[in-house]
Amino acid sequence: MGVMTIDGRKVEFTDEPNILTVIRKADIDIPTLCYHSELSVYGACRLCTVENDKGKTFASCSEPPRDGMVIYTNTPRLMKYRKLILELLLAAHCRDCTTCIKSGECQLQSLAHRMGVMDVRFENTKELQPIDDSSPAIVRDPNKCILCGDCVRMCDNVQAVNVIDFAYRGTKALVTPAFDKKIAETDCVNCGQCRVVCPTGAISIKTNMDVIWDLLADKDTKVIAQIAPAVRVAVGDQFGLPRGENVMGKLVNVLHRMGFDEVFDTSYGADLTVIEESEELLNRLESGEKLPLFTSCCPAWVRYCENRYPEFAENLSTCRSPQQMFGAVVREYYKDPEKNLGKRVVSVSIMPCTAKKDEILRPESSTNGKQDIDYVLTTTELVSMIRKSGIRFENLEIEASDMPFGIGSGAGVIFGVTGGVTEAVLRRLRKGHNRVDMDNIKFSGVRGEKGLKEVEFDYNGRTIRAAIVSGLGNADALLKRIKAGEVHYDFVEVMACYRGCVMGGGQPVPAGPRTKSARMKGLYDSDVNTQIKKSNENPLVQTLYDGLLKGKEHKLLHRNFEAAKNE
Amino acid sequence: MKIENRTELKEYRTECQKRQRAKCRVLICGGTGCLAGGSDKIYQKMLELTKNDGNVSVEFGAEIAHTKVMKSGCHGFCEMGPLVRIEPHNYLYIKVSPDDCEEIYQKTICEGKSIERLLYHMDGQVYASQEEIPFYAKQTRLVLKNCGHIDADHIEGAMVVGAYSALEKALFEMTPESVIDMIYESNLRGRGGAGFRTGRKWKQVASQKEKIRYVVCNGDEGDPGAFMDRSIMEGDPHRMIEGMMIAAYAVQAQEGYIYVRAEYPLAIQRLETAIHQAEEIGILGDHILGTNFSFRLHINRGAGAFVCGEGSALTASIEGKRGMPRVKPPRTVQQGLWAKPTVLNNVETYANVPMIIQNGAEWYLGIGTPESPGTKAFALTGNVRNTGLIEVPMGITLREVIYDIGGGIQNGKKFKAVQIGGPSGGCLTEKQLDSKMDFDSLAKIGAMIGSGGLVIMDENTCMVEVARFFMSFTQRESCGKCVPCREGTKRMLEILERIVAGNGKPTDIDELRELADMIESTALCGLGKSAPKPVISTLNAFAEEYREHIEDKKCKTGVCTNLRQFQIDLDICKGCSKCARNCPAGAIEGELKSPYHINQEKCIKCGACMEQCPFKAISVAR
Repeated sequence: MGVMTIDGRKVEFTDEPNILTVIRKADIDIPTLCYHSELSVYGACRLCTVENDKGKTFASCSEPPRDGMVIYTNTPRLMKYRKLILELLLAAHCRDCTTCIKSGECQLQSLAHRMGVMDVRFENTKELQPIDDSSPAIVRDPNKCILCGDCVRMCDNVQAVNVIDFAYRGTKALVTPAFDKKIAETDCVNCGQCRVVCPTGAISIKTNMDVIWDLLADKDTKVIAQIAPAVRVAVGDQFGLPRGENVMGKLVNVLHRMGFDEVFDTSYGADLTVIEESEELLNRLESGEKLPLFTSCCPAWVRYCENRYPEFAENLSTCRSPQQMFGAVVREYYKDPEKNLGKRVVSVSIMPCTAKKDEILRPESSTNGKQDIDYVLTTTELVSMIRKSGIRFENLEIEASDMPFGIGSGAGVIFGVTGGVTEAVLRRLRKGHNRVDMDNIKFSGVRGEKGLKEVEFDYNGRTIRAAIVSGLGNADALLKRIKAGEVHYDFVEVMACYRGCVMGGGQPVPAGPRTKSARMKGLYDSDVNTQIKKSNENPLVQTLYDGLLKGKEHKLLHRNFEAAKNE
Repeated sequence: MKIENRTELKEYRTECQKRQRAKCRVLICGGTGCLAGGSDKIYQKMLELTKNDGNVSVEFGAEIAHTKVMKSGCHGFCEMGPLVRIEPHNYLYIKVSPDDCEEIYQKTICEGKSIERLLYHMDGQVYASQEEIPFYAKQTRLVLKNCGHIDADHIEGAMVVGAYSALEKALFEMTPESVIDMIYESNLRGRGGAGFRTGRKWKQVASQKEKIRYVVCNGDEGDPGAFMDRSIMEGDPHRMIEGMMIAAYAVQAQEGYIYVRAEYPLAIQRLETAIHQAEEIGILGDHILGTNFSFRLHINRGAGAFVCGEGSALTASIEGKRGMPRVKPPRTVQQGLWAKPTVLNNVETYANVPMIIQNGAEWYLGIGTPESPGTKAFALTGNVRNTGLIEVPMGITLREVIYDIGGGIQNGKKFKAVQIGGPSGGCLTEKQLDSKMDFDSLAKIGAMIGSGGLVIMDENTCMVEVARFFMSFTQRESCGKCVPCREGTKRMLEILERIVAGNGKPTDIDELRELADMIESTALCGLGKSAPKPVISTLNAFAEEYREHIEDKKCKTGVCTNLRQFQIDLDICKGCSKCARNCPAGAIEGELKSPYHINQEKCIKCGACMEQCPFKAISVAR
């Protein structure tokens, strides 16, 4: 607690960890390229340097606020330093801004513009580094790296994956996997969080946009889209609509306009997952085997578990993820010549996630020898495609998703936020469905931003203990404790990205704290507006179980390595 | 054998004194410099010569011996190595070769006579005893007292000269608090560069809530040309270990780490031996001398990064992480090694501790200046007559060091500048020769003691080239973490490189100053912040030289090859055409038997013409 003077104005502070936070609280957008509240303080870019009343300069990110402090954030001297630092960064940076995927969203670009860097006096003498596009999810271009270390700390501090770090030193320093391996040769789980924090185009999403445009134009191809829950709350603000607003109706419209033949809702797939996973949980509880049951809807988590905790691989739910269940069902549905009209069917899923690009390539993501989903487009790619099309998204009317997979329950929609899967399963297992029942679940501890949440619930007189983790670092800590026998759970929901899919590696960036909570709120609001709250009460789901799925539940809905082979 | 209490320690010391008693001691310098000069061969030869002599004991520990032949640590007079000191006459033989051994044995060891040609000569005078040589006479050797005078490979030699008696005093007569108080009162300041008060540091560590604490010694002496710490580690390792132990006792730490650069293999080996021998007699380990104090010491090898001399990078390196400085706070005293409170001092600082404990704070305050008491070791190098390792009281003037101890500038040349404090320090000139060498006085004139490197430069030194050299060092050693240091020093170096290459631009000076100001004000760690110092201090003192390089494309000293201008003396040139025939660039024209001339535009500055001219008619323009 105390008061400090920032640029001549008194500012109160309480428990802010550093001066930078206090400065921002005072509505001064002090520039930085390496500070993220969720990462450890690194202090590499020095852009947030401030000056005190004695003329001493120091970085505001690493200095705790003290009562009575007097600091200046914008003296001519500081502005000169910032400009020079940016000029130096630009001088060692690939400056093909006009053709860079990050153009317009690049923080280096925008800061350089803000600070008025109009000339770079130094030549770029850096050795050209090869681009690593070995991963199905991300592309690394070291020539655009400014060595801020955000990705390194994300991969280490938050995700505990640790596949990239600094190598070499001085101007030769590089961010790279150990021994200069390619990303695909490492334990990378494709979560894409490195790309989320990367301020430049050094780590970007591996895109599929061009091939999708070609397919959309091809008259002999039927292109099917499914839209994941978290996508609908992350697009609006890109087109001037309020952040976090659910724009599902506009998305359906825009996809139709772009040429997608059918647009479905992945929440429908999520409903299938809830039903299957609840069943599996009950079975395991009965047999007492392979507990806790770990969710398997997050492909980055599945990879992480397989790589780092193979002893728990058996505990992973055998259920396919909503994307994959949906993919298999769609594929089965369009086998019928009456449905496919003799056209080739291409299944595209629109996801907040980079790991989904890897998931579709896994052997168990195929049925009868054919890949269930052909392409994954991330939200970010979709936004680019909309911009390219010229369609004024913000002005579009809303449209309903197509049948017969156009309705998802509220439970399916909240899959996109941490705790959503657990809440959906709880709804499924509860008998009633009135508001009081739903509220009981809502306030049981499943909601909120915390990286680890614990809930207990009663099922037929038995207490079921569940844990909800988001962020692989939190998962890692929890797994260690489970392994050591310190804690016991029956059900564990894991999402690789902190806060869940709304903050997935494929979502538009940058997303500040307000955007983050707006996206979470957006999904919960959509649930409030849905009449069907429980997955098992989705009428379309019932129809499917009674018809197309009959006898094929296991083959189409579970991670079945046998099913991947040809019939 | 483990020493269990104070009485046993006393007995052991007496025992050592008995065993070490000798009528004549032959100390052959085993420091890195003399070893490189072949002192090991001298040692072997001496052993061989004395093998069958009943009066000579070469085996360590034999009780009655008349003559001992042993390898000592560095004497400091490295320029004159290999050195051999012979006691009790205190003769110091210089530049000894194995061929001299026979004569030394016959004349000096057997007959006690000196060999004049092996003694140090200066200005016609011969110095028989080591202590009379001006290089030594003007020094105050306290920390380096035993360096060169004891056998660094055996603890017994150290015990004879009182090793671990300060530890004994601390353990049995003082509380940890009173140890800290004494160090605090002595005003001992860190010898690693910044001059932070050691007592204050210890106090801060002792006051932390966390009870697991570490004591770390910074032996990563990375400054080019500095070797003070190496000499202490090689020549008197027990003094430093004792200092660390006293620090550990004061802050109640049980574990210590010595971080030594891997380029110091001999120091590492001597420290390993010292630790091992101290463990064997129970000086290190559990319940030291029967008390409740336990202390274990580990050695960590640095992998050669200059930046690992910075505290947080050093502890990161010990932890097995990439050696990069981190932001502070938390400071090392709060969260250092393994995030525990840590006392981190450098070798020389620890080596000062035992004598303060032994003689008291008052005594220590009597040496040097009140604000910077004690002595400081410097590595005196460059164009000075006597180079080597020296120790002087704080507050001595540069003039005394260069002229009295260093013997003035080599070859009668004129003094130009001195670089003090290594690549993080500054250049001082003639005007500042009478300023005092202590932490505060030097800070006032924009320089720093740093770790103690002193590079003396004569009139033939190009100051732009000096700045370029130091900048190339800091640039190469930048860890790459913060932008100002990584990118800023790179650009400063580029500018300096083009100036010395003759491609300087009129805007270069302003750009250098702009970059320097930004780096000094914004870099993350001390090394980054001080990286522009050599450039700024030379820019301030030698602005004209920079201007000449940039505008006139001239280097007065002739050091910058690309700026050399060869000229043919028309009076001497006979027109033989040899220069023109040997010029690879075809830059020399003329007619036979009349003077030739050089086309400066075509000249590639190779100097072939000057070498070939039979009449010495070609020279470099000054």
